[in-house]
Amino acid sequence: MTSMTTPGIVPGRLQADDYARNFDDLYPDFEPHEAMVAADRCYFCHDAPCITACPTEIDIPLFIRQIQAGQPEAAGKTIFDQNILGGMCARVCPTETLCEGACVREMAEGQPVEIGRLQRYATDTLMAKGIHPYERAAPTGRRVAVVGAGPAGLACAHGLARHGHDVVMFEARPRPGGLNEYGIAAYKTPHGFAQDEVEWILQIGGITLRHGMALGRDITLEALREEFDAVFLGMGLAGVNALGTEGDDREGVRDAVEFIAELRQTQDLSTLPVGRHVVVIGGGMTAVDAAVQSRLLGAEHVTMVYRRGRESMSASDYELNHAATEGVRIITDAMPVAVHGNGAVREVEFAYTRQGPNGLEPTDDTFRLPADQLFRAIGQRLDGAPEELELERGKIAVSDTGRTSLRRVWAGGDCTGGGEDLTVTAVAQGRDAAADIHTQLMG
Amino acid sequence: MADLRSEFLGVKSPNPFWLASAPPTDKEYNVVRAFKAGWGGVVWKTLGLDPHVVNVNGPRYGAIWGADRRLLGLNNIELITDRPLDVNLREIKKVKRDWPDRAMIVSLMVPCDEESWKTILPMVEDTGADAVELNFGCPHGMSERGMGSAVGQVPEYIEMVARWCKAHTRMPVIVKLTPNIADIRHPARAAKAGGADAVSLINTINSITSVDLDNFSPEPMIDGKGTHGGYCGPAVRPIALNMVAEIARDPETHGLPISGIGGVTTWRDAAEFLALGAQNVQVCTAAMTYGFGIIKELTAGLSLYLDQKGMTLSDLQGRAVPNVTDWQHLNLNYVTKARIDQDLCIKCGRCFAACEDTSHQAISMSPERVFEVIDAECVACNLCVNVCPVENCITMERLPAGTVDERTGEVVRDEHGDWTQHPNNPMASAAE
Repeated sequence: MTSMTTPGIVPGRLQADDYARNFDDLYPDFEPHEAMVAADRCYFCHDAPCITACPTEIDIPLFIRQIQAGQPEAAGKTIFDQNILGGMCARVCPTETLCEGACVREMAEGQPVEIGRLQRYATDTLMAKGIHPYERAAPTGRRVAVVGAGPAGLACAHGLARHGHDVVMFEARPRPGGLNEYGIAAYKTPHGFAQDEVEWILQIGGITLRHGMALGRDITLEALREEFDAVFLGMGLAGVNALGTEGDDREGVRDAVEFIAELRQTQDLSTLPVGRHVVVIGGGMTAVDAAVQSRLLGAEHVTMVYRRGRESMSASDYELNHAATEGVRIITDAMPVAVHGNGAVREVEFAYTRQGPNGLEPTDDTFRLPADQLFRAIGQRLDGAPEELELERGKIAVSDTGRTSLRRVWAGGDCTGGGEDLTVTAVAQGRDAAADIHTQLMG
Repeated sequence: MADLRSEFLGVKSPNPFWLASAPPTDKEYNVVRAFKAGWGGVVWKTLGLDPHVVNVNGPRYGAIWGADRRLLGLNNIELITDRPLDVNLREIKKVKRDWPDRAMIVSLMVPCDEESWKTILPMVEDTGADAVELNFGCPHGMSERGMGSAVGQVPEYIEMVARWCKAHTRMPVIVKLTPNIADIRHPARAAKAGGADAVSLINTINSITSVDLDNFSPEPMIDGKGTHGGYCGPAVRPIALNMVAEIARDPETHGLPISGIGGVTTWRDAAEFLALGAQNVQVCTAAMTYGFGIIKELTAGLSLYLDQKGMTLSDLQGRAVPNVTDWQHLNLNYVTKARIDQDLCIKCGRCFAACEDTSHQAISMSPERVFEVIDAECVACNLCVNVCPVENCITMERLPAGTVDERTGEVVRDEHGDWTQHPNNPMASAAE
C-alpha cells in the first residue's frame, strides 16, 4: 500500500478524503455576521493608506463601509470599478505586504482589518447573484487583439469591451485565466473559481476567445498589427530559468511551474505522483506553492532551499510561515552544486553561500539532501518576444500606460518590466492600457 | 470593600441597584432569580386594575445595534402587567416575606380618578411592599387610555394624583417621570408640590427604532403596522443624566430624592447617575440584554471605585451637582488646544478629515501622514478628541495664564470671565 514513506515518485500517498481536505479553501468565505464584525473594525481613514498600497487603488474604506451598511453587492461593485479581477485578487494578493500591511490597525495593534477576506466576501456575494454590473457601450467598430488571457489580458479586454471595442483574445493554453488557472496553489482558488471568474468577466460581451494560439507559433505580432487597430500583449513569461547545475537533467528534476500547472489541471489529485523526498530550489511564491502542495499531496519530506537570506526571498513572511506550518523545511543561504543519482535524482548537493567580491559565491561547506523529486523555481523569463519589440532587462519595455516601442502595441503583466509580478499589478496594467488604447483609438 | 448598603426614603437595600419596573420584575419567578443573583431591590412591574390589560401577540421589542451586534438601544410596546391583580399581589407579598432585606417597590398605573387610586393602594400596602412608584411615564399604549405619559405630561395631573396617593397610603410615594416633555423640571416640581417623596427617571422615550424597507412598516411590526414604543438602553443614558441633573440642581426640587434610570449598563454608568444627584439607580435593559448576572460587576465595580477614591456611597451622591451649571457661567478664560501624541498616533487621519471638512481647518497633514494641530486655528472644540480611535492620543491642554492664544492674539487671563460679563453681551453686568 502506498503511503507517505513509499520511495520514488508515486501517486496516491494519502487517503482519498485527505486530498479534498488538503486542497480545500485555505480561508473559507466570511459568514455575513463575521463580515460585519470584521468590517466594523475599519476606521474609514482619511486618504487611506490601504488605497495607496493597492496597485489597483481600490477604494477600500468605501467598500468596507458598504459592507457595514448592509450592501455587500455595492461593495463588490466598488471593487470591480477598479479591479475587474477583484475576486481573484482577494484570494491571491499578498495582502500583508499591500493593503493590510498599510492598514493603520496593523500599526496600532498588529492586527489589520481583514481587507482581503472582506473583499472576497463582497465580490463573491455579487458574483454569486450572477450580476455583471457593467454594460457594454455601443460598438465602435474598432478591433483590438489581446494576446494572453491571463489577468493583464482579461483586465484589458474587459476595459476595451466596455468601451464598445471588439476584442479577440489569443490564448496559447487550452483554458483562459493564465496563472490564475495554471500557476497558483490550488487551495487559494478552489472550486473552479478561475474559470467562473473568466466566464463572469466575459459577460460584458464583445470578447472572442481563441485557444491554442501562441504568439510566435500560431500568430505573429506583424499579422496582428495588420489585422487589428491595436494590440495588447499580456502573454506572461513562458520561459523558465535553468539551474545550470551538473545533473540538472536527471529524471525527477522538473520546473515547479509545470508541476503546479499539472496539479491545477488534475481532477483527481490521488492520481498525481509526488516524491517522498522533495526538494524545491527557489525563494518565491512559485517555490512555496510547489513545496506546500507537495506536502499536501503526501510527500514525507519537503525542503525549500534558497541561495540568499530569508529577507531576500520574494515570498512573503505570511507565505513562508504558511509553508513552515504545513511542514516545509526552509533552508537559506545555500545553492545547489550537483544533482546526484543514477539516471534518476537520488540526492542534491548544496554549498552554503557567502557574499564574495563578485557577488554571491559557494563556500566549501556542503551538505546533501535526499531527493527523489527536485523542483526548479528560480524564476521565469520572457521567451520568444517578437524581435521588433524593445526590451528592458529581458522584458518588454513599456510606458506608464503600457505603450511599447511599437505604434499601436501595448503590453502589461509579467511580460513587461514595470511593477511586481503580481496578479493585482497585471490587472492594473491591463486596465490602464485599455484606457490608453481607448483614448488613442477614439482620438 | 466599600459599604454599598443603601437607603432610599427609608427603604433599605443591600446595594443601590434596583431592577426597574419592566418585564424582568413581572412575576415571582424572575424577581426571586434577581434576588438570588444579588439585586438590591425591584420595582415590581406596573399593576393596574382588573380586568388586566392584554399585550400584542407579535413582537414587542425593536432595537438598534453597534459593532458586533452590541445592543445600544431597545424599544418596547409592551403594556403594564397582563396578569390578574390578585396574582401579582399574592406573589409580591410572598417575595417580600421571603426576602425582607430587599427593597420591594410596586409600580402602579390606574385611571386618573381618586377612586381608582384609593382602591388599589390599600391592596398594595397589604403585601408589605416598601413603597409605590407611580407610572406616569409609559409613552405607548396606556397613554392612549389617559394613563402613563398622558398624565406625566401634565404637571397639574401629576400633582393631583400624587396628592391622592399621599392621602390614601402611608407608603412612600415615588413619581416616575416621562422624558417626553419639554422641561423635566416642571413635572418634578409638580410631584414635589403634590407631596411625593421622590421622583424616578427617566421612563422610556417615544421612538421608532427602524423601518422595514421591504414592507414599509415601523419595527417591531405587527401585521404590517407598527406603533411608537418606549426607547431605553445605553443610547438614552445622556438624556437621562441631564434630566436627573436638572432636577438635582433646580432650587425648587433640590434635595428631592431621585432614583436614576436610563441605560445603566456598568458600574460607571451608575456612579455617574449617583454623582449627578441620584440616590440609587434602576436597571432594566442591561439585565434584559445580559441577564441578572451583571449585578456582580455593578456592585463589585462601584465598590472598587469608591475604595479607590476613598469615598463612601453618600460622598458620591450628588458630588457632581455643584459643577452642573448654565452655559453663561462657563469660564471663557479657560483656553485649551488640542495636542496630538505622535507616539500614539496611528495615522488614520480621522482628526484631519473631521477638522478640515467640518470644523476649523486646525490640523495639518504632511505627505508622511503626520498630523499636527495649528494653534492659530484651533478653537479647542474637542471633535478631534472624540473621533480619534485611540484613547488619549489627542488631548485638550490648557494654555497657562499669561501665554498668548495664537488664534485670538490675546493673552490668556488668569481670572474667571464668562458671558455674563462679556462686552458682547447686551445684558452684561460690569466685570469689576
